[in-house]
Amino acid sequence: MTEVSASSFLATSAPNLAVRRLRALLAEPKVTIGGGFIVALIVIALFAPWIAPKNPLDQDLMLASLPPAGLGGAEPSYYLGTDDLGRDVLSRLIYGARIALIVAFVAASLAALAGTALGLLAGWYRGWVDGLISRLVDIWMAFPPVLLSILLVAVLGAGVGSVIAAIAIIDWTRFCRVVRAETMAQAQADYVTAAHAIGFPPFHILVREILPNIVPALLALVSLEMGIAVIVEAILSFVGLSVSSDTPTWGGMIAEGRQFIHQTWWVFAAPLAALFATVLAFNQLGDGLRRALDPVLRR
Amino acid sequence: MIALAVLRRLLVALATLAGVAIVVFVLLRVVPGDPVAMMISPGASAADIAALRAHYGLDGSLLSQFVVWLRYALRGDFGTSISLHRDVLSLLGERLPATLELATAALEFAVIVGGAVAIVGAMAGRTWLESVIDAADGLLLAIPDFVWALALVLAFGVVWPLLPLTGRVDPSVGAGMSTPFYFAESLLRLRFDVFFDLLKHLAMPTLALGLPLAAVIARVLKGALNEAMAQDYVLLARLKGMSEFRLVMQEALRNAIGPTLALTGVQFTFLIGGTVIIERIFAYPGIGNMAIEAVINRDLPLIQGLVLVFAVIFILINIAVDLLVALFNPKLRYA
Amino acid sequence: MTAPILSIRALSAVSELGDAQPILRNVSLDLAAGETLGLVGESGAGKSTIAKALLGVLPRTVRITRGQILFEGRDLRTLPRRETRAIFGDAIALVPQDPMTALNPGRRIEAQLTDGLRLRRGMNAREAHKRALELLAEVHFADPERVLRSYPHQLSGGMRQRVLIAAAFALEPKIIVADEPTTALDVTVQKQILRLIRIMQEAHGTAVIFVTHDLGVVAQICDRVTLLFAGAVIESGPTSDMLSAPRHAYTRALIAAGPRYDRPDAGLKPVPEALVAELRLEVAGGGR
Repeated sequence: MTEVSASSFLATSAPNLAVRRLRALLAEPKVTIGGGFIVALIVIALFAPWIAPKNPLDQDLMLASLPPAGLGGAEPSYYLGTDDLGRDVLSRLIYGARIALIVAFVAASLAALAGTALGLLAGWYRGWVDGLISRLVDIWMAFPPVLLSILLVAVLGAGVGSVIAAIAIIDWTRFCRVVRAETMAQAQADYVTAAHAIGFPPFHILVREILPNIVPALLALVSLEMGIAVIVEAILSFVGLSVSSDTPTWGGMIAEGRQFIHQTWWVFAAPLAALFATVLAFNQLGDGLRRALDPVLRR
Repeated sequence: MIALAVLRRLLVALATLAGVAIVVFVLLRVVPGDPVAMMISPGASAADIAALRAHYGLDGSLLSQFVVWLRYALRGDFGTSISLHRDVLSLLGERLPATLELATAALEFAVIVGGAVAIVGAMAGRTWLESVIDAADGLLLAIPDFVWALALVLAFGVVWPLLPLTGRVDPSVGAGMSTPFYFAESLLRLRFDVFFDLLKHLAMPTLALGLPLAAVIARVLKGALNEAMAQDYVLLARLKGMSEFRLVMQEALRNAIGPTLALTGVQFTFLIGGTVIIERIFAYPGIGNMAIEAVINRDLPLIQGLVLVFAVIFILINIAVDLLVALFNPKLRYA
Repeated sequence: MTAPILSIRALSAVSELGDAQPILRNVSLDLAAGETLGLVGESGAGKSTIAKALLGVLPRTVRITRGQILFEGRDLRTLPRRETRAIFGDAIALVPQDPMTALNPGRRIEAQLTDGLRLRRGMNAREAHKRALELLAEVHFADPERVLRSYPHQLSGGMRQRVLIAAAFALEPKIIVADEPTTALDVTVQKQILRLIRIMQEAHGTAVIFVTHDLGVVAQICDRVTLLFAGAVIESGPTSDMLSAPRHAYTRALIAAGPRYDRPDAGLKPVPEALVAELRLEVAGGGR
């Protein structure tokens, strides 16, 4: 038997609302274009071993520093050329997407989880709980984020796990602030008063009444956060603090390409373009989600 | 009234600063990899190691270490850098001006460009020009300074090699500077060769840092201006015969700056944080670049000093924004 | 009788949005110099549209399809911008509805009051300051210097409206459009403001078009009344005649709908739905 929630009394029945939201979502061009790109990227990353033309780690010094296909001196099978160790840029790019996406999804989710939990508590209980959490957020935000992430990864040791942890530890404040504000606003609403009057415990109210109404704003923020996570990972691997240097990452490729930028600019340009497009896609997706889901909520 | 508010801010700021110091202190003591061990030569005795540790204040319990550090810090002594073997405070003093010059240049750029775009956009109101501005804004807002910096490196380093890619000033040109404030000094001493060289080196990092901020300012200010322009007092002013330009500048702008300032202040702190990686990319000798080196080298005293400097800057910016907002809102000044 | 200072002839306008709803249907009215005309109607009747047309601030969503707006014999619709500039905001002035939003919260009263004097009459700061003091004294401010130095938020609603009235009369306009100037005020202050407008109007010889939905206000200060419904003129005439012996059924119903303070138990009599429906049809069919 499903649990009753006060907001469901006041709203239309669940399946209709979900279908309407989905339709509104897909009608928004930013969602389809941005989301489409991300989905394509996920597919590419998942099927990397089958899609990538070469092994990303294979070095061949005979074929080093070849320009992309179409330019003078290129090898036809190396579409985006090779780097100074003869590794195929395109394949490394494809495998680099894996790290980017793993970090993006896991780190953003963790940050969202932690931030939302603390935000709900701060917004609901107010008083000293809110004071404590808000002070914590203030202290956190007094650190320059990049510096803090570098510091954390240095502390935690290199590796994907540390990168993910570092991002989550730094960016939870972003979610906390928004969720806290939303919770405080929602707490004034009638359906919450009703739920309280019926006698639901705070945990129930927070999770089953308030949280679902915050989800749209959260989704947009999560998408934004994923874009940020991709950037932070790129910065960390640019500085040399992310995964081991064998595993191809976009940031690492950019750092390598920077060294020989005048000779082999494509090694620098290709991952930069990928980074640019991915961040833009996450950003547009988040923007589109915010627009598409907000008015539906208000209806 | 204002004095009380400022006092409260300062107290909160001090508390935050203390929190930052504690967090960094604890964090760094958890670091795996003994910095002292990296410095000693093989064959050093245990006594030598212990002496070195004591010299850098790395012995004793966590609490005692913090107390010791705090006592020295309050006197202005932030210890000695492990990797650079110099007094932390003087190191900071040497490099901070460069970062401040960069940050203020980026801020000026952002305010001028962002402000101009916002004003033009508000005057254009609901025409194709405004749509173009909005679209460009959206694009600029989506891309962080890190990506812009790299794109600029590609554009001006490879495609049109006009500007230098690294450093703050050409060593041969800037050799005669006596203070770390190159910009001001070069102007005051009328050394225009140095001045222009500085500008050339500042151009790309400033652009990389300033573009995202300019986009934020443009969007927020334009929104606030549009909202102000829709008010009744603007209608009355229009009836008085004022030009569109005068309407925006004299009537709308003063009421639009308040809300813009708050968001700009937050974004400016992000900009300061961004100097860390931007300075790295352009090998610009500021505190941001030094910070990355310090972390890689596990230079605890230097890291601590740097984090505190950043925190102080953030806090000062927040206070400044609060004061400016009060300045532009008569309701806050005359309650 | 001398020629009216303002004459609106067969003015019609439609909305540019969606289905091109008619906003004004064949509206005609005359305003004599120095007289107070009440423009009455419920929300959406078209009175605000007429007011905006008189001030040259019609929104882009409204398009005038035919008719003339004759000010001192000249059609405002066909005059070049050079000439209308001296009319809108100058010879025809506005007393706005909401004193809270009509003053710029970021500028002192002096600046806002002297704008028009300096821009349109070429006065310098000192001359404008002197004139502003005189104007504020006219609207019964005891300490005009202090008011000039103040910011809007430091004044009460009634005080702000008096400033706005002073600003409207500053350029000695021939016509003042008062757009429901008492709606946003307390009832006690309303009477003050109405009386003030009447006094100022008589002292300066200005004609006033008083836009309102309140028949009580009309009874107090308007010489003549024009009643609008759905963009068309229903009835028009001297106030005392219209209120005591209304000719149209709608006018009668409106008067009857007013609360009777002398008979509190009498209940309220809203305008009958049937009458409204009939009126809508009549108006849509071509009106008067």
